[in-house]
Amino acid sequence: MNASSPATNREEHADDTAPIVIAGLRTGFGEHVVHDGLDLTVRRGEILGVVGGSGTGKSVLMRAIIGLQAPLAGRIEVFGQSIDDAHADSEIDIRSRWGVLFQGGALFSTLTVAENIQVPLKEFYKAIGLELLDEIARFKVALSGLPGHVAAAYPSELSGGMRKRAGLARALALDPELLFLDEPTAGLDPISAAAFDRLIGELQGTLGLTVFLITHDLDTLYAICDRVAVLADKKVIAVGTIAELMESKHPWIQEYFNGPRGRAAHASAQVTNA
Amino acid sequence: MRDLPDFTAETDAHGAVTLALTGRLLVSRVGALDHALRGISEKVARIDLAGVTAIDTVGAWIVWRLADQHTAEITGASQQAGRLIDAVGAPHQNAPITRPRPSTIIRVTESTGALIVALGQGTLGVVGFMGAMLVSGWDCIRHPSHFRMTALVRQMELVGVNSLAIIGMMSFLVGIVIAQQGAAQLQQFGAQIYTVNLTGRLAMRELGILMTAIMVAGRSGSAFAAQIGTMKLTEEIDAMRTIGVSPMQALVLPRVLAAVLMMPLLGFFAALTAIIGGAVISSFTLGIPFITFLQRIRDVVPLTDLWVGLIKGPVFGLIVAVTGCYQGMQVSGNSEEVGLRTTMAVVQAIFAVIVLDAFFAVFFTKVGWS
Repeated sequence: MNASSPATNREEHADDTAPIVIAGLRTGFGEHVVHDGLDLTVRRGEILGVVGGSGTGKSVLMRAIIGLQAPLAGRIEVFGQSIDDAHADSEIDIRSRWGVLFQGGALFSTLTVAENIQVPLKEFYKAIGLELLDEIARFKVALSGLPGHVAAAYPSELSGGMRKRAGLARALALDPELLFLDEPTAGLDPISAAAFDRLIGELQGTLGLTVFLITHDLDTLYAICDRVAVLADKKVIAVGTIAELMESKHPWIQEYFNGPRGRAAHASAQVTNA
Repeated sequence: MRDLPDFTAETDAHGAVTLALTGRLLVSRVGALDHALRGISEKVARIDLAGVTAIDTVGAWIVWRLADQHTAEITGASQQAGRLIDAVGAPHQNAPITRPRPSTIIRVTESTGALIVALGQGTLGVVGFMGAMLVSGWDCIRHPSHFRMTALVRQMELVGVNSLAIIGMMSFLVGIVIAQQGAAQLQQFGAQIYTVNLTGRLAMRELGILMTAIMVAGRSGSAFAAQIGTMKLTEEIDAMRTIGVSPMQALVLPRVLAAVLMMPLLGFFAALTAIIGGAVISSFTLGIPFITFLQRIRDVVPLTDLWVGLIKGPVFGLIVAVTGCYQGMQVSGNSEEVGLRTTMAVVQAIFAVIVLDAFFAVFFTKVGWS
């Protein structure tokens, strides 16, 4: 194996170590501390839902993990490799193994959807021929549940829900092992949101992804999340299945899962499962 | 060592070809394999995946496409490979992913036509925009409370006061250049003293206001287009309309009025600094004392020159501000458009200013203000 090659080698990494390990993380902007002493471990192959009130730093946590926000203290390891002391080469290696869906989709507005999907492919794997690139773009679009003609469209010509799916298609372009989703169902109508949940669940099952999912949507939590991490008081105050969390005595967790919306989502989840 | 995926073809007794794929069918490695597989001419009956050690969606796609193309049977697929192949193949659709590209002749004629239509629509648009501006201006006259005094003062500060330094600096240097270069030529006739006429009249009539207009187009016209364009993109303009605030009154009128009011003042200021610049260089190189230079200006520059400059000012200001605001309001779609419209605002404003300046030059000479 050529050490300087950016290519990933799935088997070499296919160990049982957790894809994301965070210990004692501290982040902040100037005087304002967002996280202090935050610990979190994401297990391989799970969908971890991250919840918390507005301003508890869910997005900041994601940005810290993917290296967009430098931590003030603490350790973040992705695939067993520290984010901040990763060398240029190895950092590329990590980046080709994750996909990120930002809240607004963050599609490049001057490129068509197909070109958006091809950007990471062209960046990492120059050996792929043009024909195959086009075919990949086409099946990724289909895999994300979009109609075929969308591939030739520019992001400004798409609806919000379509933009999210197109963003997901780009996030999946490199067949990542780890997928970050920042509020994927925010701003979608309930039917589209449910369809998006199903899509993520199916993709996770088929591709064997590990998913780090930030959400406000209780239905999403019930529908697809294996475990849920609750952010409050600058820390992860609890991690576990929803059933475990409902036992918790923390007032915010009680309010969240036993409030009117929490109960409604719980009831509808039980109806669907029955 | 990079073990790239490979394939072997075997023909059995009945002439059926079995293609055995081996290695890791991953997106990072399939580039060369894909080329090779596309080159297979004989008919493949079976694709054997028993030798495949790892597969992802791109690998699965290549297998699926090969099977589809040859209507071949897939054997030896692991459970994961089977799932992936089903997943990528199931929603297969053949829609084109790029837009059709017509022939050059069609594209040239089409873009020429589009250009002419855009020119006509642009003219109509500007006229319509001026009309809408006059309507909201009339509304402000009838209901003075609708007028945004604070916004006007703020824009006057941005357009006028904040650009004093750069315009002063520029004009001072231009004054130096004119006086110095003019003197070098006039010296050949022993007529250095006419440097005063040259600097004074040129600064008052032409250069002061023209350079100012160009600077304001670059500084403020572009800012107008970018600000309004961004507000258009973020739906702020739509929000204003629904609340009942007219964007014309809140955004366009204060900017246009500010430019119209500030431009003659800035032009006059520019002319003065240019003359001072000329006087400074003359006192050093021509031996004309500073004070004498300024006194001569009074004698050689007729008052009509001042009027010419002051009359052109508001007109240029109007052109620069209206172009900027109009282009800003035309932004739609994506962020690239903001840059495009800002560039157009500056280019069109400067072009219009120079064309109009030529017109003014002929006009004022004809009416005897030469």
